[in-house]
Parts: sequence; structure tokens; C-alpha cells
Amino acid sequence: MKNESKKIKITPIEHGTVIDHIKAGQGMKVLRILDLIDRDIDSIVSMAMNVNSSKGKKDIVKVEGKELKNEEFDKISLISPNATVNIIRDYEVIEKHRVEIPDLAKGIVRCKNKNCITNQREPVDSEFEVIEEEPVKLRCTYCEREMIGKEISENVI
Amino acid sequence: MSSDFNKKHVVSIDDFTVDEIKTILDTAGDMMPAAEGDKINNELEGKLLATLFFEPSTRTRLSFEAAMKRMGGRCIGFARAGTSSAKKGETLADTIRVAAGYADIIVLRHPQEGAAKLASNFSEVPVINAGDGAGHHPTQTLLDLFTIREEKDSISNNHIGIAGDLKYGRTVHSLTKALSMFDTKLTFISPPSLKMPKEIINTLKKQNIEFKEVENIKEAIDELDLLYMTRIQRERFPSDKDYEEVAKSYHIEKDMLQTTKDDLKIMHPLPRVDEIKPDVDDTENARYFQQASNGVPIRMALLKLLQEVER
Repeated sequence: MKNESKKIKITPIEHGTVIDHIKAGQGMKVLRILDLIDRDIDSIVSMAMNVNSSKGKKDIVKVEGKELKNEEFDKISLISPNATVNIIRDYEVIEKHRVEIPDLAKGIVRCKNKNCITNQREPVDSEFEVIEEEPVKLRCTYCEREMIGKEISENVI
Repeated sequence: MSSDFNKKHVVSIDDFTVDEIKTILDTAGDMMPAAEGDKINNELEGKLLATLFFEPSTRTRLSFEAAMKRMGGRCIGFARAGTSSAKKGETLADTIRVAAGYADIIVLRHPQEGAAKLASNFSEVPVINAGDGAGHHPTQTLLDLFTIREEKDSISNNHIGIAGDLKYGRTVHSLTKALSMFDTKLTFISPPSLKMPKEIINTLKKQNIEFKEVENIKEAIDELDLLYMTRIQRERFPSDKDYEEVAKSYHIEKDMLQTTKDDLKIMHPLPRVDEIKPDVDDTENARYFQQASNGVPIRMALLKLLQEVER
């Protein structure tokens, strides 16, 4: 994995974050999770889609001057459990983490069931138990509906 | 306090252990004389039950109120959302917090799934789910189990048929899950388009529960100890014609009972439409009206047990 990330170069960044091994096709979703779309941003953002790697196709996102919040880690883990997050300082990778799927996803995904009480005007966060990790399967703590794949990525808040 | 029961809230039948279910059924058995008015019971004197019905349900609401009053308690509440402050835009969370300040137990019926779970997060007093949209209705399942035990002496060692809309019917899903905790043999009877959902079937397989699926009541009825009928709703079918076709084969009439076991018991959560013909009502097999009246002792049992946990 190390060799690959060195091999694949988009625009190198001085300080910031590289999210690698994003499931192919989910790069745009990651940009959305990081709130980098449809608003003015100062940092340089680059994205590569459908890049070849030893494990098949992947997407890569690089963001200058950004470090991820825990909530963003969790959201990315749900749509792309194998993603890695590399923290860059002075063009060097100083830390590398694989995202970890949380046991409980709270306030980061909307329930697909429109009639779920969490989709009403109530003072509660949505809450899902992660019942399977490969692929990720969520169960709403409130209405018990299960969500998988596209249902999750479409409902990430 | 009974050591086999320590739940604060009743949201789903899945929350209970077998021992807790047995405790509830035993307690309901003890409540029978008082439920029928043959004995005075004042265990809940001075206690107040709030029945918050955001959606009408006559049978469930009346049986909760009857249960509370049969134990010397009193009730407050509303029977429709239109008469609550939800109409003014109040959240359910706030309505619950306020009601919890007035009453000792809350019974909630709400059109949205997960409402009772939410209510339990905001209530200082016990919340009983009396139906949350397409979600759970645990007291219905408890009264079904109680009826089976009353009619057949035990829940285990029975061959139970469950017929009708097995795909969308929440009553049959909860009942199936509950029955799987006991040693029963199950036969699911439904048209192919309304079969029991895969998740439930897979769970039964994992639990090694003996079951089969058939399409016709006649195929199975002669083997059964108990038949649980449910309504098939017209709106589940693309056309009236499709519905009529199916509805014809999903009914019971007196003639069909000639070859069945003598002690076959027939249950139905009611209301029924055409699935049980009126000529069955007067037979020994028909137990659905008794089943409905069992709603009172089972709810008395829950109210009592929840109050004991509170103390």
C-alpha cells in the first residue's frame, strides 16, 4: 500500500490531508462530507477517480490545509471502509490511519425511512447500530430499518 | 417485586426474555377475576395513566383504560392528535416530558416508527408502546401469547398456523419472533406475494425452528392445533380482481372445520373482514372474541409489573 501511495501523484500538497483508497465512485461523496462543494474555499483540492491500484479501482482526495474531524472520519468509514487518511506536513506523510467503522453512527446518517421519528422535527440525532462491516450494514435504533450501500451513501448528512 | 421483570419501558416484544414473558403471562392469569369484575383489585389506587393516542385505536385504548380502572387507577389523555398540542407544533419529546410530569405511566400510540423508543428517552415514568406506525405493538403480541396459553395450556408443543398478509403485517412478525422463543412448530400460509419476509425466515432457520410455508389454508388446517388468521388488505394488490382472487382462498367457514382437529383454536387480532365467516363464530374453535377481551388482564399485568419496578 505504501508503494502505491508514493507512486500515484496528483498535485503534491505541502500541509493537509490525503484520503486514499476511497471506494471507486465515492470521491465526490467524500468531498461533500468534507463540505468542499458549493461554497467558497481557500484551499486547493484535487481528486482522482478510478485510479488503478493493486486492489482494483479507487478514488483519491487531497485537501490542502485541512485536518479531518472525528465525525468526518466516521462518515467516510461508512461509505468507504477501506479508505486511509494520510496527514501531510512539509510534503511528507507524517501519519497514516485507516478509517475505523464506529459501533454506533450517531447524527451522521439520515434514516431512509421517511416515517421514522428521527426524520420529524424532534430533538434527537439519528442513531444507527453498525450490524455488519463487510459491507457496512446499519440498523436504525429507532425504527429498526436496515440500510446498506447506496442507501447509506445517499443519506450521509 | 418479581425478579423476572425489571423493564422500565415496554417498546418492543424483542426487549423481553422468555422468563419476563412468562412472568407477564402468569401475572395476567392472576388478574383474570379482577379483569372480569369478579374481584376487587385496588393495587393502582391513586395512580394515573396517560393514554396519548396520536392515532385512533378504540380497542387498544379502551382496554388500557379498562385495565387501569379495574385496578383502582385513573386515566387522562386524548384519543386523536387533533386534540393534543402536537397540532400546534409541539414535538413529541415535549408532549412526553409534560405528560410524564402529570402521570405515573404513559401509553403511547403514534403514527411514526420509533416514536415509543424516542418517548422512552424523554420520560421519567414508564412508557408502553401501543403501536408506532408500522413498528411494534408489544401488548398485542403479549395478549396473543396469553390467549394461546389459556386455550392450549401451554405455548410450547403446538403446531401453529399463521395465515394472511405475512409480508406487511407487523402483528404476525412480532408474534412469529415471540413464538420462536418457545418450542412450537409453525406453518405460514399466504399468497406468494405476501410471504413472510426473508429476514424473519432466515432468523428462524438460524434458530432451528421447525416451520413450513404453504399457499393455501386447506393444505395445512387439518394438522394445526391453532390457526392465527389475519386480514389481507385490498390496497396490497394491483387490482380489485387480483384481490378478490386471493381473498377467496383466504377465508375460513364452518364446513372447513369438519376434518380439523377437534380442539383446533382459531384466533384473529380483529377487526376481521371476510376472512372468517360469521358461521364460525359460534363454534368451540372460535377464540377471537376471548382473545380481544384478554387485552384487559394482560395490560393489567403490565401496569402492575411496571409500577412494581418503579418502586
